[in-house]
Amino acid sequence: MSTAVRRVATTPEPTLDATPTVTRPAPSVPARGTAAPPSRRGRRAARSAGLITAVALLVVIVVLSIAVGAKAMPLADVWSGLLHRDATEYAVVHKMRLPRTLLGLLAGTALGVAGAVMQALTRNPLADPGLLGINAGASAAVATAAAFLGVTAVGGHVWFALLGAAAVTALVYAVGGGRGATPARLALAGAALNATLYSYVSAVMLLDTASLERLRFWTVGSLANADSATVRRVLPFILVGLLVALGTARPLNALALGDDAARALGARPALIRAAVIVAVTLLCGAATAACGPIVFVGLLVPHLVRALTGPDLRWLLPYCAVLAPALLLGADVLGRVLGRPGELQVGMVTAVLGGPLFLWLVTRRPVAQP
Amino acid sequence: MSVIRTPGGLSVRFRPRALGVGVGAALLAAGFGLVALGSGDYPMGPTDVLRTLTGGGTVAEQFIVYELRLPRLVTALLVGAALALAGTLFQSLVRNPLGSPDILGFTQGASTGALVVVVLGGSSLALAGAAVVGGLGTGLVIYTLAWRRGVHGYRLILVGIGVAAILTGVNGYLLTRAPLMDAARAVLWLTGSLDGRGWVNAGPLLAVLVVVAPLVLVGCAPALRMMELGDDAASAVGVPVRRLRLVLLAAAVLLVSFAAAAAGPVAFVALVAPHLAKRLTRAPGPNLLASMAVGAALLAGADLLAQRAFAGHQLPVGVVTGVIGGGYLVWLLAMERRAGRL
Repeated sequence: MSTAVRRVATTPEPTLDATPTVTRPAPSVPARGTAAPPSRRGRRAARSAGLITAVALLVVIVVLSIAVGAKAMPLADVWSGLLHRDATEYAVVHKMRLPRTLLGLLAGTALGVAGAVMQALTRNPLADPGLLGINAGASAAVATAAAFLGVTAVGGHVWFALLGAAAVTALVYAVGGGRGATPARLALAGAALNATLYSYVSAVMLLDTASLERLRFWTVGSLANADSATVRRVLPFILVGLLVALGTARPLNALALGDDAARALGARPALIRAAVIVAVTLLCGAATAACGPIVFVGLLVPHLVRALTGPDLRWLLPYCAVLAPALLLGADVLGRVLGRPGELQVGMVTAVLGGPLFLWLVTRRPVAQP
Repeated sequence: MSVIRTPGGLSVRFRPRALGVGVGAALLAAGFGLVALGSGDYPMGPTDVLRTLTGGGTVAEQFIVYELRLPRLVTALLVGAALALAGTLFQSLVRNPLGSPDILGFTQGASTGALVVVVLGGSSLALAGAAVVGGLGTGLVIYTLAWRRGVHGYRLILVGIGVAAILTGVNGYLLTRAPLMDAARAVLWLTGSLDGRGWVNAGPLLAVLVVVAPLVLVGCAPALRMMELGDDAASAVGVPVRRLRLVLLAAAVLLVSFAAAAAGPVAFVALVAPHLAKRLTRAPGPNLLASMAVGAALLAGADLLAQRAFAGHQLPVGVVTGVIGGGYLVWLLAMERRAGRL
């Protein structure tokens, strides 16, 4: 029993190989009771310290996100703009920079956590809400709503985005997930859905010039149109999604051992899968409704974090929840700096930054044959 | 498998059923063509169309058929055949039923080239040229990145998906940089349209097809069939696997790029046509000729539907193929999944 429990805590990293990760021996963790306690405590301390560093990094990027823009502000002005209603910077900070930053925080957290739980569920290191077509599903639903039903406000978007995300999540999991699916198969199923859905979106844009004008900016993925109403609108969905995702951390660790072992440990595989799909749907649907489809954040961050924390989701998820928004906001700030006098949309920046890393990931190891 | 031996010692092997499917699809394409040539604002009966095509007819009929409707039809047939051939080659080379250029990033690359021209404000001819350059450049990048002592099917797929994702981001960005009217033109091109296509569009594609298709059909088809068995097996029977893969990839990318230059990246023909051909011929291996005929019939039929389905309202052909292809794809994914082949 104690061995099993220990292996739950350190499930092996998913690999590109088709071989089930279960058969791998757990990484060498000292047995409990022997020489273990100091090093375990040491590792926990290191992880905690790392998390605090990550939070500090996020804070710095948040400040940058408020300070950098068409009108660059010194820190003192940012501060007075935040606090003093009569300061000249108040309007800029509260109407534009703050909602934008908050939305970046929410969307980044949502995508990072969704990516992490998806990678754990599908045992697929290449799983990403963007690559698997989930964002595209939300986009297609939003495009339909905008063009045919006249729903253009984010308030209405959200429900459609959730619907689209839910449909594609279920579909891609049914088609490319499940037992015996290799990462390449899943990625291919996702890519195929992506191609279909984006061809539908461009057809919609084509038939209706008004939709084109709105959607062509939205489909790139951008934080530029953030306002406080948008933030308030998507906040509940993302919070619920995060809670569900965090709740699945421990059972998902168990599930990594395989269904039978997980059942033996008291987990209920079907329930866990359903919970993860609900979480991913809420997180990706809400994030996509608010900022458009953003690719690679959900892939990149869990990958980088796994190198720091190992595959234990109880550490992986909090790290992702902090570092993914740091990445998204960082990319947004970068887009604002590079794109002057306008800006580069954040979705384009993450695609250009994340793509090479994806390519590196898929080319560095020998690729498994199905 | 039947064999025809000529007195000169030349022997041609073929499958009667595959040949039948090819001829049938070609006849179907011709039928669609006859309807397409005869219908429109100036309707003509099939006999009138045939008479005009054989040199008769009034001056007006001559003008309508030769200047307005025939170029569009020929472009449709060529684009359909080229995409189908390219799709068959890709699916054989990566040994996966979903390995089509739509998914592997080649069409996105062609689109990027075209969008750059739209943003910079170039002519349609420059747009076509840029699409070719973009498609070929993307092919080169994907090949280089996927190369590691040979190009392996699955690495090629994953690299292709990654490149496609990057280029989708770039394309979306480029679309936001264009003025609204140009953006509308760009989206029309991105969807794939045959509206107003002339001999200028059909010409370069025809040239490529005339050079590449015989090379592939006659020169490489038997070796390609061996390669579907796996690299080791193919090498064992004397197929120069690496060189052949490079040649076939280059051929496929050329076809896709020029097809995209002619009509835009028409969705899913490259994916669907080889599948249909395979199901109809019931033959294993790449059904190159049958696929081409099916692709041509598919696009001619889709364009006819796009022009006539909604009276007074023309759709771009890419919308029709996108809808058909999307439905087919979902069905295919489910079937392949059930059969454990995906």
